Amino acid sequence: MTNTTLEDFSENKDEKGAKKSKTTSSNAKAYEMAKGQREISIAEFFEKNRHLLGFDNKRKALLTTIKEAVDNSLDACEEAEILPEIIVEILDLGNDKFRVIVEDNGPGIVEKQIPNIFAKLLYGSKFHKLKMQRGQQGIGISAAVMYAQLTTGKPAKILSKIHPDEPAQYYELKINTQKNKADILRHEKKEWDKESGTRIEIDLEANYNKGAQSVDEYIKQTAIINPHVTLIYQPPKGEQILLVRATEQKPKLAQEIKPHPYGVELGMLIKMLRVTRAKTIKSFLKEDFSRVGDKSAEEILENSGILNKTKPSQVSRDMAEKLMEGIKKSKLMMPPTDCIVPLGDEMLEKGIKKEYNAEFYTTVSRTPNVYRGNPFAIEAALAYGGEIPGDKAINLMRFANRVPLLYQQGACAVTDAVTQTNWKGYGLQQSRNNMPQGPVVLVVHIASVWVPFTSEAKEAIAHYPEIIKEIKLAIQEVGRNLSKYVNKKRKVKDELKKRNYIEIYIPHIIDALKEILNFPEHERADLEKDLGESLEQTRGKLDRMEFDPTKNEEYDKDLANIGKEDKENKEDKE
Amino acid sequence: MTDTIKKIKETAQNIFSKIKKKQKAEISAPVRSLNNVIYNPKDGYFELKGKLKKRTLTANTVKTFAQTLRFMALSKNLVETDDIATKREAYYVSKNWGEARFKEQAESDAVMDDIEAMFGTNREQLGFIADEHGGSVAGELIVIDKDPNTGKELKIDCTKFGSGSYSIPSDVENLKFETKAKFVLAIETNGMFERLNKHSYWKSSSCILVSMGGVPTRACRRFIRRLSDDANIPVFVFTDGDPYGFLNIYRTLKVGSGNAAHINEFFCVPKARFIGITPQDIIDYKLPTHPLKEVDIKRVKDGFKNDPFIHEHKLWQKALKDILKMGKRAEQQALAKHGLNFVVSNYLPEKLKDEKSWLE
Repeated sequence: MTNTTLEDFSENKDEKGAKKSKTTSSNAKAYEMAKGQREISIAEFFEKNRHLLGFDNKRKALLTTIKEAVDNSLDACEEAEILPEIIVEILDLGNDKFRVIVEDNGPGIVEKQIPNIFAKLLYGSKFHKLKMQRGQQGIGISAAVMYAQLTTGKPAKILSKIHPDEPAQYYELKINTQKNKADILRHEKKEWDKESGTRIEIDLEANYNKGAQSVDEYIKQTAIINPHVTLIYQPPKGEQILLVRATEQKPKLAQEIKPHPYGVELGMLIKMLRVTRAKTIKSFLKEDFSRVGDKSAEEILENSGILNKTKPSQVSRDMAEKLMEGIKKSKLMMPPTDCIVPLGDEMLEKGIKKEYNAEFYTTVSRTPNVYRGNPFAIEAALAYGGEIPGDKAINLMRFANRVPLLYQQGACAVTDAVTQTNWKGYGLQQSRNNMPQGPVVLVVHIASVWVPFTSEAKEAIAHYPEIIKEIKLAIQEVGRNLSKYVNKKRKVKDELKKRNYIEIYIPHIIDALKEILNFPEHERADLEKDLGESLEQTRGKLDRMEFDPTKNEEYDKDLANIGKEDKENKEDKE
Repeated sequence: MTDTIKKIKETAQNIFSKIKKKQKAEISAPVRSLNNVIYNPKDGYFELKGKLKKRTLTANTVKTFAQTLRFMALSKNLVETDDIATKREAYYVSKNWGEARFKEQAESDAVMDDIEAMFGTNREQLGFIADEHGGSVAGELIVIDKDPNTGKELKIDCTKFGSGSYSIPSDVENLKFETKAKFVLAIETNGMFERLNKHSYWKSSSCILVSMGGVPTRACRRFIRRLSDDANIPVFVFTDGDPYGFLNIYRTLKVGSGNAAHINEFFCVPKARFIGITPQDIIDYKLPTHPLKEVDIKRVKDGFKNDPFIHEHKLWQKALKDILKMGKRAEQQALAKHGLNFVVSNYLPEKLKDEKSWLE
């Protein structure tokens, strides 16, 4: 019996018998239960599980809404090669209701796509692409629209313009959560004094706070990691903040790549087999994957025991599984890594200098590496001393594809890499497996065609060993640079102390000599000078190591002060 | 101009002209440790091997340099005005030097020892004297000293102190002696000294009793040396039967110390012979004992390793090996087991008579 599968069960051919028993089986409980069983729309599902998307509470809802809108704007601008200028406005409507306005100077959205993009979950261009960009799934902004509609009942208002010669399109949209499709409440053309761009207005239930996980912090970090962006930010209270771009240089355009065989999962493979246009499995492998040529395609197929000429549509589940095995056994070139666009040392340093007036900066940009067939690159920057407070744990800033990660620090691979590094060797205090302490801001950026997050809310990086290893190597490098600096500083301090010594004790030597030899008083000054010179002669020139608060020309006080007014709110209160 | 002042001025002048020429000033002094002495068997004392410690004036040494020169200036002052300062007083004088002052007396003592060694002289000649009491004397001796106020000669009869004693001053260089005693008996503890004094042992055996009170001070060593040279009489040393008595007290009195090797020539008593408690005495007199302490054992081992005096003397090597083997030590006072006067009536007469029981 143990080896029996359902297929081995004998077939029931007795149609009459089935009919016969129908009268008695009509009362079966399953019929009753079937009445309650129906399709659940994806929108309904997320309505009940909104924490998965980052809408767990009012405070986080505000941040997530702004973050999704800004992410989309930045992705669009970059793809259209436009230097982004983004306006973020928050209006307090009272009663825990807020209006969020995000406006960009991007390429705009084609008229008929607007309802789908803003009011249909899992719709977008990004899910099927392997490309380094902020958004990945096409959930974010429509989830925000849905959250707004759930909490205020108001539709999202969208204005978009694609060309100076065309009018702007205006939509008021709601999501039909049953059918996961847009309900268009209003659609008209409007005049908009802008070459192109998109503006979205959403009313939602929210809380505005300052502190470590606030919108203010998000805006600030976004400016740091995107030095080419100009941000105009109007918080609900207080003056408008203008954060001008630090560079006119647009980031290099990220290249889209095909999936690498090592990174593909069975389900995905089957799906790809079904939609491919290739005529044979060999050309499927060559055309739909990266790093597969004639030779390696043949190697894979030989290892899988599948014929080269097999049609993709004829590949069964079992065969697909064999194909997976074959891929594992074959030696393939790692995917191309030129699709990764890191920020680069210079930009990273500019960014961190804008926010922190420190005495020492160091940055590291690692060459790209691969996890599960996906290329990724790690960059790290460290600022030390100066105006950074030194009596608490270091300030860790995490970024993924140029997006700040403000939540779930404890669950993030970056945090593990930091705490597992021995910082004592780099001159900081640290108790075992904890965050080190000291006047340090550490920035870690992971850039990848597919950043592995621990959840759809995109708050923490998953613990892939390849990724943790790369982060550690980056941290170790900035750590070594730090310790070089700290050691040099200590040496200079010792040296200054010695030179100070010289000045203190020279008069005593001269006094004593005078007492013994009784030389005329007027010789004293010369003698002191001679002795001073001969003592310092051998000591060489000293580098100036004291902190000079005016030296950092990139420092942007407005940026640094965002969110600093009420520090007592800094801790996460959830 | 005294020799001392001449040396101080020479050294200072040398430094002065180096500074003027913007060259590196230097002072050098012999290394003061057992590693830098050899035993001179002919004259019977430790002498310097000649390793020099050079100190160049740099940023690292500028403080010690200042302190050394300050001390030299103080010394010149003392000698010129015929004054003295104890080591403690000299340390307090430094408190006037602002940043250059000493934090501990140990620091000022070390600088003083360096200057001594540098000039190859003793501190008394520099106008500095020890803080400690130099030792007590009783017996058949007249010390001829001068009245510090009038300069008139003073004769001090050491038989006339009753149950008390004459105190050895820190500078004994100008004392003279008159004596008919047959020998000097240098005693480790004050207690034993008092017992012998009370019984007027010096009278019955015609000797001079000196209490060293532990390791003899320089003044005490110099006093015994001068006395034995002037009167041409032997010196016997009576200590506890332990490594401290053998090595720290007897050896220092006889051949000097590693730390003050530059002056051992004058501060040693090569004539001294050991009649204190030997390991053999512990057995022969069936003396009550205590177990050896860790430090005792270490002292013996170190002695075998780097004390040139031990290396030279086979009998001492045997005695030290014996005491290590026994693992026991006995005090002078342990002789009281056989009666309080046993030391006077039996031990000392027997030891003095039996030359073979002495250790060199």
